[in-house]
Amino acid sequence: MNYFPEEVLEHVFDFLKSHRDRNAVSLVCKSWYRVERFSRERVFIGNCYAINPDRLIERFPRLRSLTLKGKPHFADFNLVPHDWGGFVYPWIDAMAKRGVNLEELRLKRMVVSDEGLELLSRSFVNFKSLILVSCEGFTTDGLAAIASNCRFLRELDLQENEVEDHRGQWLSCFPDSCTSLVSLNFACLKGEVNLAALERLMARSCNLRSLKLNHAVPLDTLQKILAQAPQLVDLGTGSFVSDPDSETFRRLRTAIQKCASIKSLSGFLEVAPCCLPAIYPICLNLTTLNLSYAQGIHGSELIKLIRHCGKLQRLWILDCIGDKGLGVVASTCKELQELRVFPSDLHGDGHAAVTEEGLVAISAGCPKLHSLLYFCQQMTNAALITVAKNCPNFTRFRLCIINPTIPDPVTMQPLDEGFGAIVQSCKGLRRLSLSGLLTDQVFLYIGMYAEQLEMLSVAFAGDSDKGMLCVLNGCKKLKKLEIMDSPFGNLALLTDVGKYETMRSLWMSSCEVTLGGCKTLAKKMPRLNVEIINEGDQMEATPDDDRQKVEKMYLYRSLVGARRDAPDFVWTL
Amino acid sequence: MQNPSSSSSSSSSTSARPSMEADLGLLRPSGGGGASSGGSASGSISMVPKEDNLVVISEESSSYPDESGIELGLGLSLGGGSGGGRCKSAVWGPYARILTAKDLPSMGLKSSSDHKSPSSLSSSSSSSSSSSMTKANFSSGTKRAADSGFSQVVGWPPIRASRMNSLASQSKSPPRDELHSTFERSKTKNGVIDLTNGGCDKNCNNLERKGQPKTSLFVKVNMDGFPIGRKVDLSAHGCYETLAKTLEDMFCKPTTTTVARGSGMEEHDVMTEATGSSKLLDGSSEFVLTYEDKEGDWMLVGDVPWGMFLNSAKRLRIMRTTEAKGLGMLKA
Repeated sequence: MNYFPEEVLEHVFDFLKSHRDRNAVSLVCKSWYRVERFSRERVFIGNCYAINPDRLIERFPRLRSLTLKGKPHFADFNLVPHDWGGFVYPWIDAMAKRGVNLEELRLKRMVVSDEGLELLSRSFVNFKSLILVSCEGFTTDGLAAIASNCRFLRELDLQENEVEDHRGQWLSCFPDSCTSLVSLNFACLKGEVNLAALERLMARSCNLRSLKLNHAVPLDTLQKILAQAPQLVDLGTGSFVSDPDSETFRRLRTAIQKCASIKSLSGFLEVAPCCLPAIYPICLNLTTLNLSYAQGIHGSELIKLIRHCGKLQRLWILDCIGDKGLGVVASTCKELQELRVFPSDLHGDGHAAVTEEGLVAISAGCPKLHSLLYFCQQMTNAALITVAKNCPNFTRFRLCIINPTIPDPVTMQPLDEGFGAIVQSCKGLRRLSLSGLLTDQVFLYIGMYAEQLEMLSVAFAGDSDKGMLCVLNGCKKLKKLEIMDSPFGNLALLTDVGKYETMRSLWMSSCEVTLGGCKTLAKKMPRLNVEIINEGDQMEATPDDDRQKVEKMYLYRSLVGARRDAPDFVWTL
Repeated sequence: MQNPSSSSSSSSSTSARPSMEADLGLLRPSGGGGASSGGSASGSISMVPKEDNLVVISEESSSYPDESGIELGLGLSLGGGSGGGRCKSAVWGPYARILTAKDLPSMGLKSSSDHKSPSSLSSSSSSSSSSSMTKANFSSGTKRAADSGFSQVVGWPPIRASRMNSLASQSKSPPRDELHSTFERSKTKNGVIDLTNGGCDKNCNNLERKGQPKTSLFVKVNMDGFPIGRKVDLSAHGCYETLAKTLEDMFCKPTTTTVARGSGMEEHDVMTEATGSSKLLDGSSEFVLTYEDKEGDWMLVGDVPWGMFLNSAKRLRIMRTTEAKGLGMLKA
């Protein structure tokens, strides 16, 4: 079917940036498959156990950028034991041995070791970009290796990782010749850094566009850095505390005023609210603002700040902003596309910081909103219905009512109707997280209307297997389903076993699924890995008692069979 | 500590509602899809709501969707709530204890009068207004929550460890102190010390240099008219201003918008400031801040240097001005 020489095909494929598109063209015919695989440089692997490094490299020899995801999403909430798996070392090792010209590595929820980082830093001369999100297992020694050996490092971005901080001098390990840094984010590090080394590094990194500091960097250092880096586009402050009358603070104000390019602001890990006015001048241009770690800013100051941010597109904030504050957001931030409201106090001392009112206000004021994560104490069906009407463009809708089985407090009904309205109205919805009191009805709606849904998170919901079956049957594009504490059992699990090969993974914990059900499934579907996480040796004593309920089950499709690095408490059936 | 307030009365929450196929009126599915399989294999226990387990969620009289059913609570009357009317919560037995803390007379009536009218999606059928919450299903999932209280369930709420840690450490490393450079407003007529820059500066700078305060000094704070008290860490503050601001925020969160209507969202807060000064300290609000000292006497906050106050304050009380005057603490 070759109407064009391969070079032409390859050139055309160059225009395809998304993985999905490339995956699609590679299925057209053998020659397209061949052309595509030799030209693909960026590979995304959503589950590191679905394939192995050798086969990856075999298929894509020109690999330059690899993205890997490891643990299931619920690992973020402590549901997966630490040594479950997701080790990146074998990947780095394989790529090093086979001479891959790796330039970029992005990992999410994987276990990274210092040895791995060391190997990485020594094996790939053109290595440019390391992005680690929610990873663990390494220390600042590993970072020191990266700093020392990656001569052309452009990007070191550490987001919310668990890093053991040896308080070493990793920052000092960047050689004087290193001037290539474009992006540096070490906000998640807990220890001290060598401030002088940092300042020198910043001074020689004239291409720096993105910088996120940790809490140990004081305002004084920030001021010095900013004075030298007015071209910054993305800034995360460390500690933002100073005496507003001091010389330091005055210099900071001056420096900030020159930073005309800053579009994204975050940090404020420690903050003295009286210092906030220093950033007002840049608020006008901000498109992204993340104050979700800024515990020190009270609601009223948040509101004052937000009033300056008319161009915001993305806002991450704590719920101390309150419903009134959200009203201010709604009237100020007309371009808002993404909103995340995190809880600032989990013990619910009586005063609900945000409720359904805030959400309704936002939906009314921000027509471009399409992505939401909202933690609140209560929600009503009426509010959800209103939100659905105001914002039919949601692609991601994640609602977390802190009390997981609370009904609509006004009508005492479950929240089925509210979520039903959301899925019916938002035809492009790809990701949904449910909470509140929910019956099978909500799943009926989801199965019926959520045609584009790819990821669904369920907790404490439903009455019977019917609920889960509605979803499996109705959501044709479903890729990831994660369920905790819901009454779905073997019937739901086993009715349509073929479905799981069309999905990336299924997680079920504290449900009604039994060992026998899982074994049956594993037997029927050899290309699925059905893993049981058996903490606390609950099942060790009676591994043959098929009637016992399985506490945690994680299954995923895989081309390479059961993984060999599973710890003792993980059984692959 | 469990307090299921038995709801008044009435009729109501009768029997378990029939199966969920009688959907709540909207979006009637045409074929029911695959949903017609033999139902509850999981043996869900359908719990009949029991009167004595009912919990009042909020003060408003939970008006039930009236039968003409544009339901979903829009017909709310704001009139006080004698507990719940026909409060049909399902069995929440074990949850009740968790809910009591929250259902305290909250600041405002959560007025839904400024909600838009319910969607056209809700055509109701009267079945929808009958109690439909039979089953808070306890058979499996919720069992974990039932046993330990949902806030201790692993995996819930779904917040990343890094955020949880930062929430947890918030009580230990509270916000740094504010340094108001304009303290003129804090001068008052009744003898509260003019908090000079110097004093606060020194305290705040010390904190800045030394890092986090080593010990915390949590004291109780009660406000007249609020049955539930709070605690505040005195050592987290360097001056009276920041303490007062914190207290204002604590007791006067935005949900006090009892008359929030329309887009104005006007507040009738008594204490929240528009400017920087704290009304608690300058005597202009309806409340004053007092403390009980080591000798058991109740004193007006602000008279002594901050450090001395830290050493002697045992607890705080936000008292009505009228009462304070009556006690002779303020000049009339």
